[in-house]
Amino acid sequence: MISVTGARKTYGDFVALDGVSLDIPAGSLTALLGPSGSGKSTLLRAIAGLEGLDHGRVGIGGTDVTGIPPQKRGIGFVFQHYAAFKHMTVRDNVAFGLTIRKRPKAEIARKVDDLLEIVGLDGFQHRYPAQLSGGQRQRMALARALAVDPEVLLLDEPFGALDAKVRADLRQWLRRLHDEVHVTTVLVTHDQEEALEVADRIAVLNKGAIEQVGDPVSLYDRPANDFVMSFLGSVARLGGQLVRPHDIALHRDRERAQQLDARVGGGPGVLEASVERVVRLGFEVRVDLRADTGERFAAQLTRAEADALSLEPGDTVFAHTVAPTNPAEAEPALAI
Amino acid sequence: MTTTVTGGRDDTDVSALPPGAHPTGGPAGGDGPGAAPGDGGDDRAPRPVGRSRAGRIGRPLGIGVVGLWLSVMVLLPLAALTVTSFEEGVGGFWDAVTAPVALASLRVTLVVAVVVALVNAVMGTLIAWVLVRDDFPGKRVVNALIDLPFALPTIVASIVLLSLYGPNSPIDLHLNATQPGLVVALAFVTLPFVVRSVQPVLIEADREVEEAAASLGASSWVTFRRVVLPTLLPAVISGTGLAFARAIGEYGSVVLIGGNIPRETQVASQYIQQQIEIDRPVNAAAVSVALLAIAFVTLAVLRWFAGRSLRREEESS
Repeated sequence: MISVTGARKTYGDFVALDGVSLDIPAGSLTALLGPSGSGKSTLLRAIAGLEGLDHGRVGIGGTDVTGIPPQKRGIGFVFQHYAAFKHMTVRDNVAFGLTIRKRPKAEIARKVDDLLEIVGLDGFQHRYPAQLSGGQRQRMALARALAVDPEVLLLDEPFGALDAKVRADLRQWLRRLHDEVHVTTVLVTHDQEEALEVADRIAVLNKGAIEQVGDPVSLYDRPANDFVMSFLGSVARLGGQLVRPHDIALHRDRERAQQLDARVGGGPGVLEASVERVVRLGFEVRVDLRADTGERFAAQLTRAEADALSLEPGDTVFAHTVAPTNPAEAEPALAI
Repeated sequence: MTTTVTGGRDDTDVSALPPGAHPTGGPAGGDGPGAAPGDGGDDRAPRPVGRSRAGRIGRPLGIGVVGLWLSVMVLLPLAALTVTSFEEGVGGFWDAVTAPVALASLRVTLVVAVVVALVNAVMGTLIAWVLVRDDFPGKRVVNALIDLPFALPTIVASIVLLSLYGPNSPIDLHLNATQPGLVVALAFVTLPFVVRSVQPVLIEADREVEEAAASLGASSWVTFRRVVLPTLLPAVISGTGLAFARAIGEYGSVVLIGGNIPRETQVASQYIQQQIEIDRPVNAAAVSVALLAIAFVTLAVLRWFAGRSLRREEESS
């Protein structure tokens, strides 16, 4: 496991980490999620020892590694831009950590072959990084990091430089890889979808502090505050409250809406709104609305719901929430 | 004029680029269709195939002018020199080059140039490293100072060194008319070559690669030797080669401190000067041709190295 206690780091006036404490259980895949400048990368680099801390301690596997250089922390690190050794073949890249440890040649060859098979690069041994696609380079970088049997695997926005399709493939692949290899993994990302899809646990960071830690479901369903709620998943502001667009129901009939709203309770009440636009996104239908108060918001309906309402721009509808997603009302998730 | 030439075709001669200047795709390029796990595809940047019509007319004219210019400025004088050197036949040329004093001057030149090139390779890389990676007061001044030996007339360099290491040395270090004196003088004037070719490569170098090596357990020295140095090597070699070529032909900076002692400190350029003064143009031309051959081989080796390292990084096969 990894434990960070009271980590503080400043760059001049900028506070990158403001007393962060976080425990990451052994064998988990934890995502550090936050906007840019939230300190998530700094925290990861501090765990790796690539960044020193002004205050605070870092422990890996029960050992205090605060003063220990990255070479001796037993980590594997994967960078956003691959950091491939361009002058070495794929095989030499992956073997690097073992070669400098002067392991026997046969052992290195066996290990590298195994890893290249795991990451789906067998047959690419003799290529140079320049001859690989971005996704392939990143898988090579992962194999290289795993070759030294790290205690923890640290990934800094590993799919950030890849295009959307490749990203989606690679994160499913990473999840499967983690289920096979079980190494404690920390993934830094600013992409909430990536965090929700891949991680067992998510720590949401904002302005150098942790807002909330928990599993993806509890963070999504019971966000500790507005920041976590609006960062994980899309939100609409309805009558001054943040709600999920898919938790908004629309009705043609005001009384029906009021009945249903009363049953749920705690919401912002029923709002009269006019339809501005209806966007069909495959199975989902997004309805852009304008409340009579002037507020704009979007509701997310299924196709069947939208068809039943047969909405056209200019129509008047009555909106209310169907689930109490207001953080204040929700049962608090584990917050630090 | 150059625009008409380059506008014609896009088949850039990669080996003509300085070895340090790798037109690498960079990490942002190359995220393509072949990136799905287990997929064997690769996505190379499409080769530029554009061939502009506008350049068609200008092309023969451009090539003609460049050809003429190079002929008049470079090829004809070199041809004339070669003809002069063979004026007394092949035997005469051979005798002129293998005359003991001529041979000794060539040997001194080569030995000193090799030593200077090696010193430059190490010190130039070190200086470039410090200038790029370290921060210290006066760094900008030092950085500007590097080019001074370039700008300074070489005879001034000679006087500068003579006043420090000459017969009246204030630090009691007498290198006047010694081979170490030659090395110091040539190292002085060739200082910028390696520094200026390594510097841009170091500035462009990806620091994350070094961090990656560290995370894999490599010490600073191992990281330097196995990760940083290989990427610097083409630039180091190119700078070293240029310093070597310059050292072979250098005259002004060695003319005072060298002492011009035949078989000891007389370098080839001084020998040539001496032969002209005693009216032996064939001897002078013959040794000149020998220097020309050495310079030519040096450049050919450099281009081969540059081409090889470029191919290794860029080749897609």
